[in-house]
Amino acid sequence: MTTTENPTDAPVKEIGRDRRRKEDRRLITGRTQWTDNKALTGLLHIAIVRSPFAHATIKGIDTSAAKQLPGIVAVYTAADIGADQVQLPCAWPVTKDMRSPQRPALAGSRVNFAGEGVAVVVARSAAIAKDAAELVEVDYDELEPVLDMEEALKDGATLVHPDLGTNSNAQWVFDSGEAGSGGNATEAISKAESDDDQIVVRRRFRQQRLVPVFMEPRSTVVDPTGEQLVMWSSTQVPHILKTMLALTLGLPEHKLRVIAPDVGGGFGGKIAVAPEEVVTLLVSQKLGKPVKWTETRSESLLTAHHGRDQIQDLTMSVTKDGTITGLDVKLLADMGAYLGLVGPGVPILGAFMFNAIYKIPAYRFDCTNVFTTKTLTDAYRGAGRPEATFGIERLMDEAALELGMEPMEFRKKNWIKHDEFPFTTVSTLTYDTGNYEAATDQAMQMFDYDGLRKEQAERRKRGDVKQLGIGISTFTEMCGLAPSRVLGSLDYGAGGWETAAIRMLPTGKVEVVVGVSPHGQGHETAFSQIVADQLGVGFDDVEILHGDTQSSYRGLDTYGSRSLAVGGIAVVKAAEKVIEKAKPIAAHMLEASEGDLEFAAGKFSVKGTDKGVGIQDIALAVFAAHDYPEGIEPDIDAHATFDPENFSFPHGTHLCAVEVDTETGFVSMYKYVCVDDVGNVINPLIVEGQVHGGLAQGIAQALYEEAAYDDQGTLLSGTLVDYTLPSAADLISFDTANTTTASTTNPLGVKGVGEAGTIASTPAVVNSVLDAIRHLGVKDIDMPTTPYRVWSAIQNSSGTSGRADEANVASPGAGLGSTARDMPEGGNL
Amino acid sequence: MIPAQFDYVRPTTVEEALQALRDGGDDAKLLAGGQSLLPVLRLRMADPSLIIDLGGIPELRGVREDGNEVVVGAMTSHHDVTRDDILRQHVALIQEATKTVADPQVRHRGTLGGALAHADPAGDLAAPALALEAKFVIAGANGTRTVAAADFFEDYFATAIGEGELLTEIRFPKYTGWGARYEKFNRVAQAWSIVAVAATIKVDGGTISDARIGLTNMAGTPVRATAVESALVGQSATEDNVRKAAQAAAEGTSPTADADAGTDYREHLARVLTGRAVLAAAG
Repeated sequence: MTTTENPTDAPVKEIGRDRRRKEDRRLITGRTQWTDNKALTGLLHIAIVRSPFAHATIKGIDTSAAKQLPGIVAVYTAADIGADQVQLPCAWPVTKDMRSPQRPALAGSRVNFAGEGVAVVVARSAAIAKDAAELVEVDYDELEPVLDMEEALKDGATLVHPDLGTNSNAQWVFDSGEAGSGGNATEAISKAESDDDQIVVRRRFRQQRLVPVFMEPRSTVVDPTGEQLVMWSSTQVPHILKTMLALTLGLPEHKLRVIAPDVGGGFGGKIAVAPEEVVTLLVSQKLGKPVKWTETRSESLLTAHHGRDQIQDLTMSVTKDGTITGLDVKLLADMGAYLGLVGPGVPILGAFMFNAIYKIPAYRFDCTNVFTTKTLTDAYRGAGRPEATFGIERLMDEAALELGMEPMEFRKKNWIKHDEFPFTTVSTLTYDTGNYEAATDQAMQMFDYDGLRKEQAERRKRGDVKQLGIGISTFTEMCGLAPSRVLGSLDYGAGGWETAAIRMLPTGKVEVVVGVSPHGQGHETAFSQIVADQLGVGFDDVEILHGDTQSSYRGLDTYGSRSLAVGGIAVVKAAEKVIEKAKPIAAHMLEASEGDLEFAAGKFSVKGTDKGVGIQDIALAVFAAHDYPEGIEPDIDAHATFDPENFSFPHGTHLCAVEVDTETGFVSMYKYVCVDDVGNVINPLIVEGQVHGGLAQGIAQALYEEAAYDDQGTLLSGTLVDYTLPSAADLISFDTANTTTASTTNPLGVKGVGEAGTIASTPAVVNSVLDAIRHLGVKDIDMPTTPYRVWSAIQNSSGTSGRADEANVASPGAGLGSTARDMPEGGNL
Repeated sequence: MIPAQFDYVRPTTVEEALQALRDGGDDAKLLAGGQSLLPVLRLRMADPSLIIDLGGIPELRGVREDGNEVVVGAMTSHHDVTRDDILRQHVALIQEATKTVADPQVRHRGTLGGALAHADPAGDLAAPALALEAKFVIAGANGTRTVAAADFFEDYFATAIGEGELLTEIRFPKYTGWGARYEKFNRVAQAWSIVAVAATIKVDGGTISDARIGLTNMAGTPVRATAVESALVGQSATEDNVRKAAQAAAEGTSPTADADAGTDYREHLARVLTGRAVLAAAG
């Protein structure tokens, strides 16, 4: 027991400090525990033999030459290890009648996308495995690829999975008239068509296919030599992976341990039970030896799941004075060849977001998921919400244009006012807090909106080669996935709660075990800040443990901007329990009654006295356990599970200015301002980092990235030469700021931030590109708005351009000869 | 990304390198900076049995003056090219183009000779070399021979370097006092050129007295825009004159169509970028 001399000497509050991230030194230098760094005695390496064809039957596989290579341990076809019998899980059956094809770990008799695995080579080194994989001879009979969603749904179309009888996976409909949350959108629109005081705006937008391109390629190591089978994997979801492996493969769950060590990014791309994870496991079981699989970058681009890929047909009715009266959304969403872990649910998340921040009286959402012979799609940063936000924010500009209204004025007229919160939307969500006016006012001022409009007018008048365009996106999103009951109502296969446990060590240090699983977000820093404030201990006295199902046995992992808004609250709840458990012991030590104690800055004090005891001293006291009250356990550790009552709804106003070179079509970023309301901020530096990275990815969708296939179903963008990721050199310095309306649905008042930048920025950029050149007759340009497309749209009498206008081949030059296989090898380098 | 197996030697003289090439025969490949070869090996688009690393041959590095010429060793890195005072003074165009190659990491590893010998039509150094009328010194079993730039680039990834030979030097005539501009057009900063234009211009008293213009990625080899060059000479360097002359930029080219650009767009870019490059070089 100690008495404090200065009980008011409170430590500096950690929450709100821009702490440098404590995990960065080891992560950035790579001197840490990436899965591929794992070295085990007797470790074997595998390489997957993959189909070059999008759609084909397998007539035979000759493994004899591969088996002859020195250092080869085994070559297995799917049947040899039972990989063709596996049904990889989809946890989100969005409708009762959803059609689910079997998704094997390796294809047995038929391949359904280019890159699908057909055999596996096991060798003593990764290099030998790769050499041998090239010697496996597979005899294919090519089938017609299925590449176009609209064609795929027509009668008589070639079927990806003939046993399903259709290429339609599921149709999911929301109608506010039926739900009772609004009127009937079909009626509202048809009424508007015959109403002289209304207009009806119809547009088709295309969400191109993207690749998440996480920095660390996927890797898995499985060790079957202990009592528990241990899997290390570069995954976002170690807990879900463990449970799903047990369910999928019939393994006893208590004989499995999954570890996500340091994971180098995911962006949704590592929310999966990957076929390669299962193959690694099956091979390790077959041989009784530890086995490693690490993908190459090309394998990653080709086979790790893709994102987006929708055709959006949108109809809005609006009165001539600018009040929206109805919105109808019809989507086709490309699932690819199979269903991923949450793939079919991704476009459905958009159902709640097309109405965005606007008061829309009648709303209908109708999405059909379609199978094609392409790599499957699943979650990618924003998952469903960027697609919806793009659709509505583009449509708002188009409607404003037809109305002859200033686009921001049109938004203002229709958005939810700050004094109308909490607000229940037409899609049945209740937005707890927000202030769109405040964020917009600040953004407009930082941007100098009026000044830039003036500059735009001047350039237009002069006929400058470089025209200025201004684009708006006033977005919100739903994140902090998710209230378990809501997920249940959407037929999702799990809950949305999160857990945390706090272990008070004898020396007063604190271990916090969390169920969320960081892969670059900075959890170790932000959670340490929360715990430091909650328990009044030093920031450096806290260690955050995660990603190992042995220590963190209960959790639902990291996605959907849930780590802070759900996982962080579990940490707070666990800390509250620690204090609650410590209280009777403190009272005992201080010889006071519990009612006379107060806890502040890490100490229990007897009110009105200078007597007190620190929580870290209590940890030592219960470790010794020499003297503690009767009837309680000598333990102040605690575990808490938090199930959120609502999503969190960050919002913001993003303003983008671009210069378009009207001679070449080149778009350069000119100015980007965003003011985001993400609720209370734990670490401003981390929030700004999340916004910057999110902006880069959202801008990249608008200007740079596309996973394109040729007419045979071959991925054209199969290397980072062809899949044009922007770098810092292509972007500008962003002007970011925050307004704050604290969330009222969690005790920290926080909202999610991980996806905000990506969700918001894409439509702001495309709106700005079109705004720059609309006066030249341009109506629409498919994303990415490449220089070629921008130039073509200016040239074309239709005022539009997109993939259909382009040669379906990769460049023969560009260093590698790219994916063009028939080019000569090159001279002497 | 694991290449197929190969043997590796690191000679210390050109003579040793040539001997290694003779010993290795068809299946030997020379490694300069490795910025194209290593990705090709890792993607298994090539699987040579012997790699001859030229990185240990000091005589292949460096820039020197030799009378009316500037001589650049084939293994001189892009980074060194961008920093060299002799080149800045006499062959500014190659320096300007080199500054646009990829990123600092690549420029530290990649070499002038390696890039030219690779002869990627989208690579940035061939068109300037052609425009500058560089000479390529090629060593082989029977000593050295010199090939003019116009004869050096034969096709996509194909040059006049024969079997058992290696490029040792690139010799540039001096263009002292000429303006230079490499106008590169690509989608992202690190990408290869969709089209680029290399221009070096001599202006005397406001009048263009001489012009050299090379085009990147407008055919399987770099192309000289001779029609533009002759249209420019004798003209005053006004925007109107230059743009008018640049209309001939796509003459004699045969660009490909791919996802980044159609043929007509490449031809259009060649005209626009030629105008811009010449104006900047003449400015």
